[in-house]
Order: sequence, then structure tokens, then C-alpha cells
Amino acid sequence: MEFKAPEQELSRFRARVAAAAAFVLLGFGLIVARYVYLQVLRYDYYATRAEENRISLLPIVPNRGLITDRNGVVLARNYSAYTLEITPSKVHNLDDTIDELAEFIDIQPKDRRRFRKLLEESKNFESLPIRTRLTDEEVARFIARRYKFPGVDIKARLFRQYPFGELASHAIGYIGRINQKEMAKIEDDEDLAANYRGTEHIGKTGLEQSYEKELHGVTGFEQVEVDASGRAVRSLARTPPVPGNNLQLTMDSELQRIAEQAFGNRRGSLVAIEPGTGGVLALVSTPRFDPNLFVDGITPDNWDVLNTSLDRPMINRALNGAYPPGSTFKPFMALAALETGKRTPHQAISDPGYFVFGNNTFRDDKVGGHGMVDMVKSIIVSCDTYYYLLANDMGIDLISEFMGKLGLGSRTGIDIDGESTGVLPSQAWKKKRFKKPEQQKWYAGETISIGIGQGYNAYTPLQLAHATATIAAGGVMYKPHIVKYVVDAQNGAKRVIEPTPLADLGFKPENVEVIRKGMVGVITSGTGARAFAGAKYQAAGKTGTAQVFSLKGAKYKESDTHERLRDHALFIAYAPADNPKIALAVLVENGGFGAAAAAPIARQVLDYYLLGIKPAGAAPEDPDADPEHAHD
Amino acid sequence: MINLADIRLGALRLVRPIDPFLLVITAAIIAVATLMLGSSSPERMNAHLVNVGVGVAVMWAMASQPPQRLHSFALPLYVVGVLLLIGVALFGDVSKGARRWLNLGVMRIQPSELMKIAMPLMLAWYFQKREGSLKVRDFFVATLLLMVPVGLIIKQPDLGTSLLVLGAGFFVIFFAGLSWKLIIPVAVLGTAAIIAIISYESQICAPEVAWPGLHDYQKHRVCTLLDPSSDPLGKGFHTIQSTIAVGSGGLVGKGWRQGTQTHLDFLPERHTDFVLAVISEEFGLAGVLLIVVLYCLLIGRGLMIAANAATLFGRLLAGSITMIFFTYAFVNMGMVAGILPVVGVPLPMVSYGGTALVTLCLGVGILMSVQQHRRRR
Repeated sequence: MEFKAPEQELSRFRARVAAAAAFVLLGFGLIVARYVYLQVLRYDYYATRAEENRISLLPIVPNRGLITDRNGVVLARNYSAYTLEITPSKVHNLDDTIDELAEFIDIQPKDRRRFRKLLEESKNFESLPIRTRLTDEEVARFIARRYKFPGVDIKARLFRQYPFGELASHAIGYIGRINQKEMAKIEDDEDLAANYRGTEHIGKTGLEQSYEKELHGVTGFEQVEVDASGRAVRSLARTPPVPGNNLQLTMDSELQRIAEQAFGNRRGSLVAIEPGTGGVLALVSTPRFDPNLFVDGITPDNWDVLNTSLDRPMINRALNGAYPPGSTFKPFMALAALETGKRTPHQAISDPGYFVFGNNTFRDDKVGGHGMVDMVKSIIVSCDTYYYLLANDMGIDLISEFMGKLGLGSRTGIDIDGESTGVLPSQAWKKKRFKKPEQQKWYAGETISIGIGQGYNAYTPLQLAHATATIAAGGVMYKPHIVKYVVDAQNGAKRVIEPTPLADLGFKPENVEVIRKGMVGVITSGTGARAFAGAKYQAAGKTGTAQVFSLKGAKYKESDTHERLRDHALFIAYAPADNPKIALAVLVENGGFGAAAAAPIARQVLDYYLLGIKPAGAAPEDPDADPEHAHD
Repeated sequence: MINLADIRLGALRLVRPIDPFLLVITAAIIAVATLMLGSSSPERMNAHLVNVGVGVAVMWAMASQPPQRLHSFALPLYVVGVLLLIGVALFGDVSKGARRWLNLGVMRIQPSELMKIAMPLMLAWYFQKREGSLKVRDFFVATLLLMVPVGLIIKQPDLGTSLLVLGAGFFVIFFAGLSWKLIIPVAVLGTAAIIAIISYESQICAPEVAWPGLHDYQKHRVCTLLDPSSDPLGKGFHTIQSTIAVGSGGLVGKGWRQGTQTHLDFLPERHTDFVLAVISEEFGLAGVLLIVVLYCLLIGRGLMIAANAATLFGRLLAGSITMIFFTYAFVNMGMVAGILPVVGVPLPMVSYGGTALVTLCLGVGILMSVQQHRRRR
């Protein structure tokens, strides 16, 4: 390549310049094409991305609804307090940081343990409280040193408080920090996830859980412009939160308090229902617990105490304890006999004091028997033989069908989650319950003890109270409910939880009347007479004692039996007998005789509810309660 | 006593070296730069105006010199430049993982910057020297002269600057008449390589794969360009946010100082390398087209000056300097739009920065000088 003439060389150079110019145009053409693509064709996408960058939605957590009793007494409320919170992902060494904080803020070992527990249950980027309810002085001390503690901050938060502590703890339940499982469930539902942005607590048990939707409210949002570091620069728009609805209960907190006190330190349950509405007036399960312990995350120590106690305070016995009904089953059996035509009221038996079936002898408590016994007397004296015969005549499936209609052995539908079904024995039930063919067969002998409320029978106190209320209401069954109104927190508008009739069982009034007579007799002259001596109202009731431990023929002597093997004491009642305003079921675990342990509790509750009489203390146990009918 | 004629003569002498066309274009570009700095970083306005003053002075000074003066500087400048680069490789200071600076006791200098001007000067000088007896061998010598500093700069490592020096040198060789038979196969191979890299991105970007001759951070840059979402908070952040800024500008933009990406700190380096993203966001496609048109006019004028230069030295120098503007602009615009790696190349005369502005004004001055001493028929 040699250039001979400058002119030739120059024209060659100019060709190169032209090529370079073409190259430049091509290059800029490509660039312009790219910008046209980004700014015209993809404009909407990138404009949205820029807006997403710029605008952040900050949730404004609504105030949780209050819970009040039927008279407006506040049972669950909110208060504002300062908490010291750590975001673990922003802190290098958690222990060192907590140690440094402890130099000027009171941090107890229990606070550390609770923090550890929260840490295990949470995601790293959440802000977790190391101390709650800081004093103003502590707040001031921290603020002065805040710059030394990145990832640690003071937040003003609303806390749940149950002002009466243990009162109605099983009914009200408690809230606690949302755990990962609950979070996963919330995140499954897009709307729910949006509404729970910013929410840290959720109802865990009781009404707090079952009415979570009402209580939570609607989360508000503040639209803020943020910079790249996430700092809010200015507010663009604000959607205020809608506070959660308040709950007004059918429960009477004073009645509840009296009922709880009546138990003293005994374990047990009481459910009182308004017949004809299904409104729950009292729902007791003892021992109780303090729901306040759970709100900020329960300390491991407290949790151990509650969880390992032999008394199982965390179990809601009213809904989840299933007990044989013992002799409280007899009025239901009697009604079943009348309604199915297996007995007439005046058909009487001559009671020898036992009933022989095949090779087995079923004994009555009273040696020598009760003589001639008709239906009313059978209830008053709690004649076992009468019911042995009746059960044998009816057969298990007829019994099961009738009791099933009364709601025994199935969930009542009360507005608290997690209710147990109990056990309503039947041939079908046994087949399902057992695996081995010889166990699956129902033996006719097993029906006999069902008749007096023993055997496989096991019902919750709620079911017993529910069935009692149904009888008291003449066979009209209402769904039990604790909430009477859902109240709009902003305008006070009340939404009534209407009584829901589940069924009219169509009992003949004359049949119901026979049962009433029998149960009134129990109070006036039977096993309930001592407990209700001098009452200024007429109650109808039935005592019961349920075997915990099979004594294999030996005569039961209360004093010889270990406390936890003692029989459960039961009592069902409604009052006033001619115009029932309240129906209840009482269970005292290992209380011994129903007449001695359970009936006096019912007396105190009825006295207060019907007459306004407040008892002096726990219901007395009556050691002398009708020794003749000791077992019932 | 000063008479009017003297003043006129003096003024003419001052004004004569200035090419009005280049001056107007340059003034327009710097006006855009000033306007955008008023949005992106107004607190730097005073420093910027000083830079502009120095730049204009250097431009005028260069324009006043005949190209022959530069010719005599070419060889010494190149030799000093290469020696300094060797010095950097041996004794240089490390900053941000790269050995780029040489501490001379009184000041720290970045010799690679010097090579941006020294390189085309040297090659233009070489071809001028071989004028009339140019052989294929000379292209190999020129390539060697080019690759020595480029290699040293790559080793620092500084991909962006080496690319610019390489570009500046290549265009001298190109204008000198490098055979198309060589250019086309290389261009085809290069295009094929780029297509291959894009198609096999996931394989070659796997963390365990090492790229021969390239540093990890260089691989990282290319890989995040290919797939910015692979590192949205790290290296990919710049590309993603810059692309969002550009795209969200639309046709006419959000208005001066109204860019949300810019003003809420999502856009990195908004007053320097990513200033075009600010223009794109606040003035939209209209702003981008204005910039492209200004560069086209500048480059067109530069190429015209090259075509009319009196000497081969002048032709090659003017041509390659003009193409430096294109290389800068192209790489920067591609980087901002997410189609080229983030290599730290400023948008010529628009990005804030004294060194770059003064160097580029010097380039415009050289163009004016060549134009002043153009071929006359």
C-alpha cells in the first residue's frame, strides 16, 4: 500500500471520513432507537417503576375493638405505652447491645428470655420489644443515647389490657404476637395480607380469636414519598384506619365473677345460658390464667408454670373438657322415654335395688331399692334401676338419636373456636372409634350404664348447659353465643347478634312438664334440697356424680380415694322453674358428690342472677348432703 | 495612544483562531451542562463555572497554536506518558481496588488521562513521518505503539479509559487507511462474540467461571449488564435505576428539577456519569434528541475540518479527536440506557468534572487550530 499522489491520498482519506460519518450515524441511530424503546414503547412500565420507587405505603394500624360485658363493663381495652425495640438484622452483636442498654434501662433476665423466645419465633428484620412499658425517665435516658444504638428504637404502641386479669379469661381469650404459621395463613389471602401490614398482634384464643375479623378493624395507609434510603420525604395522601368493632357480650361480668369465686380453688366449669336466646351469661373454667401475660409475649417461666401445672389452667373446660354426665343424664333419658313412647309418666317399676342383665348385676346406690318408682320419683330419688331398665328397653341407637337431637355429642356452634364434640355413644360411633372387630361390636350390656350417664358418655359442660336450656325453653334450641352486639366504634351503631333458633324439637308440653316436676322435686325434696334450702325462687335441677375410676364392685368411699381419682360432681338446673330465665350446668372435677360440691355453686349463681344476692365467699361444700343418696 | 484601528486589529487577532460554528455548538452543549447541573447538583455551580472558564481559555490557547507546535510535542508527550504508566504499575497508589494514581510528592496524577490526548498525537505524528512511503508494516508499528499504553491501563485495571485510548488510537489508524480487509473480519468477529456472550450469559456468568485476562469486577460489570436483576442492590442498581429514570421520562420528561429518580437519590452519579439519565428523566426523549443533534453537529463539523486539513498530521489528529467525542458519547449513552457496561465514561462536556471538560475543550481547540490552518485552494 503506497500512496503516490497527495490528491489520491486525500480522496482516500475523505472516503474514510465519510465511512466514519456513517459509523457515527449508525451508532447514534442505535442509541436513539434504544431511547425511543425505553421512553416511548416502555414508558408505562418505567413510569410505574419510578412511582413504585418513589411512593411507599405506610400502614396505620387500627385500634383494636374493646370487649365489654352486657352492662358495658370493659373487659379488654387498649392503652398506649413506650417500648424499647431492637431490629436484630441491624444490630451486630445482640448480647453486647442488650448489655449496654441494661446499663441505663432496667432489663431483667426475664425480659431477655422473652426476647430470645420472640427472636426464635420471628423473622430477623422485625422490630422486637426488649422492654415494654418504659417509664418517662427511661425514655428520656434512651433518647439521650440513641445515636449510640443503631437498630434500637423507642416506639409508642398500643397494648391490649385485660383490666380484670383472670376474670373470664377462657371466654375472652387473649392476643399475642403473630407467629410464623399465622403469618403464612394471612399471606395466603391477599386482602388479609394487606390489612395486616403493620399489625403485630392477633387473637389467639377465646373471643379475641373468634371475633378477630370484627376486632381488628381496617388498616389505614399513608402514602409517602420516600428517597432511596427509604426515608419519608413528604406525605402525599392518607387513608385513615377504621377502628375495630367493639363487642358487647351477653355475659354479665358480675355473675361471671361470682361464679368463678364460687369454685374457690377447685377445678371445674360452669356454663350459664339464657333459655330462649342462647345468650351465654357466664362461662367459667377454673383454674383461670392471666391473659395479660401473653400480650407482649409470655416469658418462658410463666409459660412453663401454666403449661406444666397438673391443674391444666390453659384448658377451657367449658368447651374442651368432656365428662360423663352421671345422673344429670336422667332427665334427658326420661324425656327420651316419653317422646319415643317407651314409657308413660305413671308407669312404675318395683325397684329391688339392682338390675340383672345376663351374668351382670347393676346396682342401685340405695341398698334394698326405692320401692315403687314412677318417672317423677325416678328423677327425684335418682333411681338407677329405673334407668337401667329404660336404657335396656330403648336400646343404644334410640338413645343416641334422641340425645343427638338435643345437641349432646356435637358442637353447639358457640362463637368461640375449638369446641370439642364430646362422645355420644352409638353402634356407629363404636365401629368408627375402635379398630379391632371384637371391640367394634356394641354389647347390649353397655347400653345399661349409658342409661345412668356412665359408660362411653362424655359431654362438655357447654353441651349439658345447652341441653338443659333447650328443655327449659320447651324444646326450642338456640345457638349459644357470648356476643350480644357488635358495636361500631366510630358511631356506636349496634349490630345485634340475633338469637339463632337451631331447631324446635317439638316436645309435647305435657312431657316437658313431667321432667320439670321431677327436677323441681329434686330441689324441694331430693338431692338438691339442702343446697337450695330457703331459696326465694323455684329452681329445677338434677345432681350428678360421674365415676372417674372404676371401683369394680367395691363400695365407693370418698375419703379413701386419691383426690384426682375422686368422682366428678355435676349439677344442672334452670330457674325459675315456671318461667326459666337461666339454665346452667356445673362441673367440679373430682368434687365428689354433685349435691355436695356442684349444687351449692349453682345456688350462689342463681341467687345473684335472680335476686341480686352476693355471696360472702366460695360456695361451701356440704359434707352432709343427703347421705342416703350419696352417689347422686 | 491607542487608536481604534489597533483595538480592532487586536480583537481580530483574538477572535481569528475561533471557529464560530464549533464555538456555538460547544457553547450550546456547555449551556445544557450548566442547566442540568442546576438541577442535579446546584451546589457545584461555582466550581463548574470555573471549569468552564479554564476550558474556554485552554480552547482558545490551543486554537491559537499552529498544529505544527503540537506535532513537536507528540513524541515526548507519548514517551513521558508511557513512562508514567510504567511508574503507576510499579509504584502507583491503590484506590477502590485499582492502581491508577501516581503520587509525585506534590500532587497525585492519573497518567492514563494524559494518554487520551498523547495517543492520537503520537500516532498522527508517526503516520505523518511515514507519509508517502506507508507500508503494511507501519500499521503493525502503530498498533504496537497503541497497545503498549492500552495494555498498561487495562492492567491497572481501568476498562473505561483503556477503551477510550484504544478508540482514539484506532481511529488514527483507521483514517490513515487501515485496510478494510482487516477491519471487517475483526468487526464481524467482535459482533459474533458479543452475540455469543449475550446468548450464553447464564453459563459464562456462573460464579465459578473465570474470564481469561479480565478481573472479577470487570466480569461482574458485564454480567450485571446482561442481567441487572442478578444483583439489584449492588452493581445492577446503577443500571436498573438509570434505566427507570430514562424510561419514566417519556417524550418530554417530568420537568426541570422534577425528576423523582434524580432528586430522591435513586439515580447514582447523577451529576457526573449519569447526567444523561437526568436529562432523559426531566426532558424526556426531546432532551436526548437535542443532545444527539448537538453531538452530530459537533462531530460533523470536526470531520469536515479533518477533511480540509492541510497536512496528514492535521487530518489524522482532527479526525481522531472528533471520533473521541463520538466514542465518549456513544459509550456513555449506551451505559445510561443499560446496553453497555458501567465503565465510568463521562458524557462529553455535559458530565460535571474539570479534567474531562478541560481535556475536551483542548480537543475542540485543536480542531479550531487545524481549521485555522486548513488547506487553501
